[in-house]
Amino acid sequence: MEIRRTALPENFRSRQLKAREMLRGDLEGDDLERYVQERVVTTTVDRAVAWARGNSFFPLTFGLACCAIEMMSIVAARVDIARFGFEAFRASPRQADLIILSGRVSIKMAPVIRRIWDQMLEPKWAISMGACCSSMGVFNNYALVPADKFLPISVHVPGCPPRPEALAHGILRLRSQIQGHAPDGWRERYDAEGTEEVLPRALGGQGAGPDISLFSGMAPARPDQARPDAERAEGRRGDTAGA
Amino acid sequence: MPDPTELELTAQELSEHEAESVIETEFHRGRAVLVVDPDKVRPVLSFLQGKGYTFLASLHGVDYYPHEPRLGVLYELLDMHRVERISVKARVPTDAPRIDSVVELFPGAEYPEREVFDMFGVEFDGHPDLRRILMPEDYEGFPQRRDFPVGGEPVLFTFNEQQSYGKDV
Repeated sequence: MEIRRTALPENFRSRQLKAREMLRGDLEGDDLERYVQERVVTTTVDRAVAWARGNSFFPLTFGLACCAIEMMSIVAARVDIARFGFEAFRASPRQADLIILSGRVSIKMAPVIRRIWDQMLEPKWAISMGACCSSMGVFNNYALVPADKFLPISVHVPGCPPRPEALAHGILRLRSQIQGHAPDGWRERYDAEGTEEVLPRALGGQGAGPDISLFSGMAPARPDQARPDAERAEGRRGDTAGA
Repeated sequence: MPDPTELELTAQELSEHEAESVIETEFHRGRAVLVVDPDKVRPVLSFLQGKGYTFLASLHGVDYYPHEPRLGVLYELLDMHRVERISVKARVPTDAPRIDSVVELFPGAEYPEREVFDMFGVEFDGHPDLRRILMPEDYEGFPQRRDFPVGGEPVLFTFNEQQSYGKDV
């Protein structure tokens, strides 16, 4: 997209007067149209709400293990998460809309976390922080469960433990997921399309290439079927322009 | 720590007090151990408590696989006036892992005994509330035994990412 920048009018006072004219209803015709085009942004309620939601997470005050120490430091001066509006850690699940699983989850703790999650109000999101929570890391034994087994995790932050910057990056990823179009597969989400492993054709592949039906959730079978909804949106926009 | 001589004297006193209670003594790296008959653990600890070892510093289980009898219950006793420690070890087999509870002598033994039961399956006769303490109550098996599988979950990598947890694809 081309970005055009125009110099700001030097006379700020005359702009103020013009705004007052418009508010009084004195501005008419071409003047009014130009004024509106310059200053008014149209959007939908959904997008505006998503923008607001993504910029004001209320994370739950909830730590499980050593990752919690790193989670605490994201509100401190160095990685000041308050710059983005996420600094209000709520002590009650009723007031929180983001749970950060910061540490290893034992079999006995999992039902407790699930209960806390169920007490949180919609809309809500979950971040799995650190190796133990995502893949159980060095504690891959009888005592732990992976977070994917009992919670819908939106973002996995790898590391043992992840640096505070990494967690801040994960939260910002979640923000862009909420604000923008959030694709279903992680490859689309992380711009990693085309990195699928080639599986043996014995698993049901027909052609010479990789059997793409195995990745049906991840990648479109044909490029022209990529985004039917996007095409429809294009068509609608064309109609509106024609009318 | 008692020196080897004092350990032998203690063992001698114990044998006179309770016949055939001490099976052997070990003295290794300054640590004095009395290996005792598991059926006589309560009179032995009662005797040592009367001798001044009034503090049960630790109670834990060990699996000595492949040696038999496999399981061991260790009592670490401390005499806080003379600042001396002594370990009491009782070996129990896995097919009948029973031993007397010492909660009446040392009330602090309640939770450690529950933990040994939880992890090794040793049953303590006379324990007031013998339940699992760390693992879920419906858990099967005793995870700290050496023949228990380490367990864990298969981690999802790219080649098996489609088989999500809880689904068979």
